Amino acid sequence: MAKLARFLTGRLIKAAITVLAVLVMNFVLIRLAPGDPASVMAGEAGAADPKFVAQLREQFGLDRPLHEQLWIYMRGILQLDLGYSARQQRPVSALIAERLPGTLLLTGAAFVIALGCGVALGALAATRVGTWADSAITALALLAYATPIFWVGLMLVLLFSVELNWLPSLGMETVGAKLSGLAHLCDIGAHLVLPAITLGLFFMAIYARLTRAEMLEVADQDFVKTARAKGVREGRIVRVHVLRNALLPVVTFAGIQAGQLIGGSILVETVFAWPGIGRLAFEALLQREYNTLLGVFAVTAVMVVLLNLLTDLMYAVVDPRIEVAA
Amino acid sequence: MARFRGFAVVLVAVGCALGATAATAQTPKRGGTLNTIVQPEPPLIVPGLNNQGPTWIVSPKIYQGLLRYSSDLKPMPNLAKSWTISPDGKTYTFKLQENVKWHDGAPFTADDVVFSIMKWHIELSPRSRQIFLNITKMTAPDPLTVVIELEKPFEPLIMMFDETSAAMIPKHIYDGTDFKTNPANQHPIGTGPFKFDQWVRGSYIHLVRNDAYWKPGQPYLDDIYYRVIPDSASRALALETGQVQLTQAGDLEPFDVPRFAAMPNLTVETKGWEMYSPLSWLDLNLRDKPLDDKRFRQALMYALDRNFIHDKIFFGLGKVAAGPIADATRFHDASIKPYPYDPKKALALLDEMGLKPDGQDVRSNLKMLVLPYGEVWTRLAEYCKQALGQVGIAVTLESTDAGAWSSRIGNWDYQTSFNFLYQYGDPSLGVARTYVSNNIKKITFTNTMGYKNPEVDALFDKAAYEPVAAERQKLFSQVQKLLYEDVPVVWLMQLEFPTIYDKRLHDVIISGTGPNDDFGAVYFTE
Repeated sequence: MAKLARFLTGRLIKAAITVLAVLVMNFVLIRLAPGDPASVMAGEAGAADPKFVAQLREQFGLDRPLHEQLWIYMRGILQLDLGYSARQQRPVSALIAERLPGTLLLTGAAFVIALGCGVALGALAATRVGTWADSAITALALLAYATPIFWVGLMLVLLFSVELNWLPSLGMETVGAKLSGLAHLCDIGAHLVLPAITLGLFFMAIYARLTRAEMLEVADQDFVKTARAKGVREGRIVRVHVLRNALLPVVTFAGIQAGQLIGGSILVETVFAWPGIGRLAFEALLQREYNTLLGVFAVTAVMVVLLNLLTDLMYAVVDPRIEVAA
Repeated sequence: MARFRGFAVVLVAVGCALGATAATAQTPKRGGTLNTIVQPEPPLIVPGLNNQGPTWIVSPKIYQGLLRYSSDLKPMPNLAKSWTISPDGKTYTFKLQENVKWHDGAPFTADDVVFSIMKWHIELSPRSRQIFLNITKMTAPDPLTVVIELEKPFEPLIMMFDETSAAMIPKHIYDGTDFKTNPANQHPIGTGPFKFDQWVRGSYIHLVRNDAYWKPGQPYLDDIYYRVIPDSASRALALETGQVQLTQAGDLEPFDVPRFAAMPNLTVETKGWEMYSPLSWLDLNLRDKPLDDKRFRQALMYALDRNFIHDKIFFGLGKVAAGPIADATRFHDASIKPYPYDPKKALALLDEMGLKPDGQDVRSNLKMLVLPYGEVWTRLAEYCKQALGQVGIAVTLESTDAGAWSSRIGNWDYQTSFNFLYQYGDPSLGVARTYVSNNIKKITFTNTMGYKNPEVDALFDKAAYEPVAAERQKLFSQVQKLLYEDVPVVWLMQLEFPTIYDKRLHDVIISGTGPNDDFGAVYFTE
């Protein structure tokens, strides 16, 4: 237990340093993009004069020297204050807080779909290697792996929303329906299906291929033969001996996916008009909304660091031979 | 209202108001929810604090101006029920509607009008500020009368009182506060037919019926949802599946429009932008060679087939632009015809300049900054590259995003680019700013080309302060001919933004501000 505590403390300190470094780098990097929030707003307004732009720069705090802006920002961060969006006139933390649940729901669902279906399909293919089922799963995985995600999204919408009219294609809930309780949850669920599948499909393919390949490799090893010689039932061999040993690379990949899912849902959020932080970040980037963008980066950086930590802990759970060490 | 009906009848007689024809014959029906789109999502919907296109789609339902404008740009009563202009053109007197209340119940009075124009818009709106600075004194002799005094007559002032130029802002909420940080900015309060209810960021803005609205019977709709749908293909799908019943402005790409025009349950209407008449052009940085040579600019005109652009890139939406003033804008001179497509003439001009083809058949190189406002502008740039390549002008396209585009234009850091500007009904309000030399500024939407012509300056200046409309016409005709000859920018298209809506929806486009009007008259039938 002491070992675990030491491991966690060490990792958390490193994590804090990583996040701060990420923020400073981001702060500098986004200033390299041409234009600033004031010039963007002047462009959007269709009319501007120097007074207008000067007012905006002052309001955004852009009239101060860069190092001073960085200092003000980092001082805020250390007090857990993500700053203020002058464009939207609201605190960045409020902007992120209202978008984060949407993203977590979407990416969480996509993660479960990808991991659950991916491992199941991979195991199915491995246990029926060479049969039509194996070929079908391999072909499906290849297709899902190779197709651009926005295209998959649009095709799913065309089929399930436009042609069959089974599922809604836009937003997170039926606007104006004023549902509550179970009906509300079902409504959100129905809106979730298409974007979650679209987002999960690519990683599902990876998991399926990874699981299949690993399981076939493990199945040839001596301890599996021993188990079989001992007369262990085939189902138990697959579950306990083969699958569990094949899962390590899947856990590694799941760790990577979990990190990517937070930010990687921009396309899906855009196609399905899903109100998440991916879109918030993308729009903030186009609008040079520095504080909002940095705020999203801060939140995602923290998430990625925590998920990596969780992945490392998971190794020990999946394979007890692996020990945690700082 | 009577005025509008008369106008609609004229339209029907002309036979060009497809949707309005049936509408005007019926009595409006109460009830119904309108689902439509706002794109992109604006950061705020308070006029003056934000002046983006999408803000003008949502906020006019909440905030109103003193006047509205018909599609032939005649002023119509709104919050002002009548107005008079003194014979010397220096005094404007507005009589306000009685019993108008703000959404919080406070009465709307002349003090609000004085506050809105003299404090709010002069402080905040970059465009309106320039115009309203002509006002020397504005007073409220009684709660229903407003008097504006000018030092010298400024005839186009009467075009400045719609909700997009001078929305009325509640004095009792804002006066004496910091306008930019007032908490009311998150919960707009106006006098319009719809009240702000809720804004779920990233999803929708919800407006509800103002039961205490001052126009009897209006509004007919129960509520309006402005949905945020960031992807253009998804917006098209939303209209196709009936999830929204109305799209406007730049919601759809032009190439999607023919498809919807063919759908029996939808009406495609291109009227309703007369007040703005967006005119697009190829913007030229005249500080660069060979763009500083008039012959080269004329060659660009001859080398581009603008009928092709109209038919194949804008899919028949809009009209080929002849000169600097769009034909719906006041004082447009119809005798000016677009430069014809004539590549031979372009080559002759380039020859005359001594720009001979090199070994690769290239006479000149140009960089072209693509306008990052949607697929259609990318296609337009690609066409221009092709067409100019055929007369030996090698074009390099530069891609960018909106932030970098406006910053590069503002810093004069471009050779050629595309742009389009609203004209606001009168050349002195929306056209002169692009061509007069005292507006050469390091900021977007000024004379960023660096065009200097003392004659043009003098004519625009004289025309702005000339009190007699007929005299103004003469001056503007002269300036149009001068600019046409000089080609400070390569005018391409008078843009049309289609308003596409469900046939059950009526009286959507009833003025020169179309989808930017208040929607009090809009109603559904079964």
